[in-house]
Amino acid sequence: MTADLTEVPSGRGVEPRPPVRRDTQEHPALPWRDRLTRLDVKFTPYLFIAPFFVLFAVIGLFPLLYTGYVSLFDWELGGDEHPFVGLENYTALLADSQFWNAMFNTISIFVLSSVPQMITAVLLAALLNTALRARTAWRMGVLLPYVASLVALAIIFSNLFGKQYGLINSFLDTVGLSPVDWQGNWFASHVAIATMVNWRWTGYNALIVLAAMQAIPREVHEAALVDGAGAVRRFFSITLPLLRPTIIFVVITSTIGGLQIFTEPKLFDPAGGSGGGFSHQYQTVVLYLYQAGFQDFDLGYASAMAWILFLVVLVIAAANFFLTRRIASTGEAE
Amino acid sequence: MPHRSSRWVMALACTTALAATAACGSSGGTGGTTADGKIELTVATFNEFGYEDLLPAYEAAHPNIKVVARKTGKADDHHQNLFTKIAAGSGLSDIEAVEEGYLPQVLSKADKFNNLSEIGPADVKPDRWLGWKSESATKNGSFIGYGTDIGPLAMCYRKDLFEAAGLPSDPEGVKAVFATWESYFAAGDQFKAKSADKAWFDSAAQVFNAMINQEKVGYYDASDKLVVDTNPDLKADWNQVTAAVAKGQSAKLVAFSNEWNTGFKNAAFATKTCPSWMLGVVEKQAGPENAGKWAVTEAFPDGGGNWGGSFLTVPKQSKHPKEAAELAAWLTAPEQQIKAFTAKGTFPSQVEALTSPALLEQTSAYFGGVKTGALFAAQAKKVPAAQPKGPASGTIQDKVFNSALQAVEQGTSVDDAWKQAVEGAQKAAK
Repeated sequence: MTADLTEVPSGRGVEPRPPVRRDTQEHPALPWRDRLTRLDVKFTPYLFIAPFFVLFAVIGLFPLLYTGYVSLFDWELGGDEHPFVGLENYTALLADSQFWNAMFNTISIFVLSSVPQMITAVLLAALLNTALRARTAWRMGVLLPYVASLVALAIIFSNLFGKQYGLINSFLDTVGLSPVDWQGNWFASHVAIATMVNWRWTGYNALIVLAAMQAIPREVHEAALVDGAGAVRRFFSITLPLLRPTIIFVVITSTIGGLQIFTEPKLFDPAGGSGGGFSHQYQTVVLYLYQAGFQDFDLGYASAMAWILFLVVLVIAAANFFLTRRIASTGEAE
Repeated sequence: MPHRSSRWVMALACTTALAATAACGSSGGTGGTTADGKIELTVATFNEFGYEDLLPAYEAAHPNIKVVARKTGKADDHHQNLFTKIAAGSGLSDIEAVEEGYLPQVLSKADKFNNLSEIGPADVKPDRWLGWKSESATKNGSFIGYGTDIGPLAMCYRKDLFEAAGLPSDPEGVKAVFATWESYFAAGDQFKAKSADKAWFDSAAQVFNAMINQEKVGYYDASDKLVVDTNPDLKADWNQVTAAVAKGQSAKLVAFSNEWNTGFKNAAFATKTCPSWMLGVVEKQAGPENAGKWAVTEAFPDGGGNWGGSFLTVPKQSKHPKEAAELAAWLTAPEQQIKAFTAKGTFPSQVEALTSPALLEQTSAYFGGVKTGALFAAQAKKVPAAQPKGPASGTIQDKVFNSALQAVEQGTSVDDAWKQAVEGAQKAAK
């Protein structure tokens, strides 16, 4: 064995080599065989991790780059020719009031959903972290809305938020308040859609935060308790700062998801179109992208919109990253 | 060493095999053959075509054919799927239904569909259908769609609501109410005066669509030019409808939405523009508890009209175009269309079917036993020549004008909504 090993150039991962058969040993130093072994050692690990990267390249990177390519053309779905137009799609988009309206709606729905969602999720996690009876049942319970089909949820919620026969308006009517136009009023429609998002995602985020909360060492809490810190003080001075990495993660993922919101506003439209209401009052960017791409079949324009949205998501995610770091820090010097 | 090399060969073989299965997998989607060697034909329709009983009958008569029905709830979704898959080059059914509003858009891609005069059965000629029906599915000599149904318009109304408001409710008496659009909206005022909590019609868009489809020229003129901002008839219709909305005549329900469905159950409105296919929808949404309360009469404001109607096409993607065309021809034969009419009220577009005793004797128990067949046959005779439609006609009606009218119903000023409609139409037609 040792003799064998000296023949082979040393390197990472060489040691657990299979025993070599006697007959092959009679022909020592076959150069091509050596080279194969070396190749094997060098490249096999890459082969093992390749599936992820190949899949990512095929279904992630390629569409991303190809979308950028398509956005430079006047590309009609099913059209026979695709003339090159350079950045014309982008300049048209930046001058398109419907796009800015969609951007406003997206950010508005995002803020209306993400902010209450994060606060509720952390508080919910804190509650679930206390000594509750049937703890597991409660913890599983908050995940239920996430498991339910989004389409079913949207149908139920659009019935709840119906203008004339909706349950919420019936309730408002019985308690003597005037009904709200959940469809026509832009703010009301954003609240309705944000409610759908919150209903679905709060429990999911609460569970992630809860997992992080349980990883906080008990000793730190005990030490604070001995020092006379109350529950509220411990929450703000210990729990929250130690949750920082998790909260940053949750905020970033919900930023990415929130800015790409599509299904809820699409199913909220009673006419079932992608206009986002009769005056686009709740049309989000992805909904407009979908309308441009698959109703008007203008793929070049839709691709340009996809790229702009990508950049906006990057910027807002980065901004959120720094903001959450600031908010969740203890205030002490790093 | 044979071990080593065989390992590489193995890997190579696996990769090839994977690629091969992937290739097989992607082509196995449509129009193949079943495991027991039958030819599989898929038929994609939307809403109600009334083919549920016909397809098994065709299978029984043709033991080598298996028919798979793909039914979509909304026409919008069906056609969006159609256009996306035309562009993708695969995934279409062997027979794709096309609604009249989307037909111009389909005709602009006529090269993606089979010419049925060439591949269809020789004895099936365009003169099987009403002249304008076949003509509208022909482009550059290529006849791409067999007509299924048409949508001659009549008026549906709630007898009990009419009586409560002191309006005539018998089929003869109401004809005066539905003589012209003027008399229709005037009766609406009368109705509102007595029944303030009910509406006269379901939605402004539903009335406007009927009105605009009656005009000689709608959104496009005969030379495919968009005329929304210059067509005086269109503006006049718009003004009449929006004036009625201002007087509270609209129930402000978006057609085919959940609230609209509930509106039928709650008797929220007294009249409904009723193309023949709407009878099935009314019956389904109003439900058995309202049987006999809805009536339909052989009258429509300002003559007649047509709303909707479809065609069966055979895309070039089909693997079995001849068999598909044969099935489409069979489905659109007068005998079968009469059965579909009996089942779902889809009104046949075939000349021979219009004189069939089975059609003329057809009654609807739900609508008080009225002879619906004879009624719509008479209404079909009042239909003026087909209106020119442009490539974006469907989008302009469904997405642009219907949205603008909805905006008016929800409180947007009429002028702003008109601006929204004109700009939207110009954008859609671009």
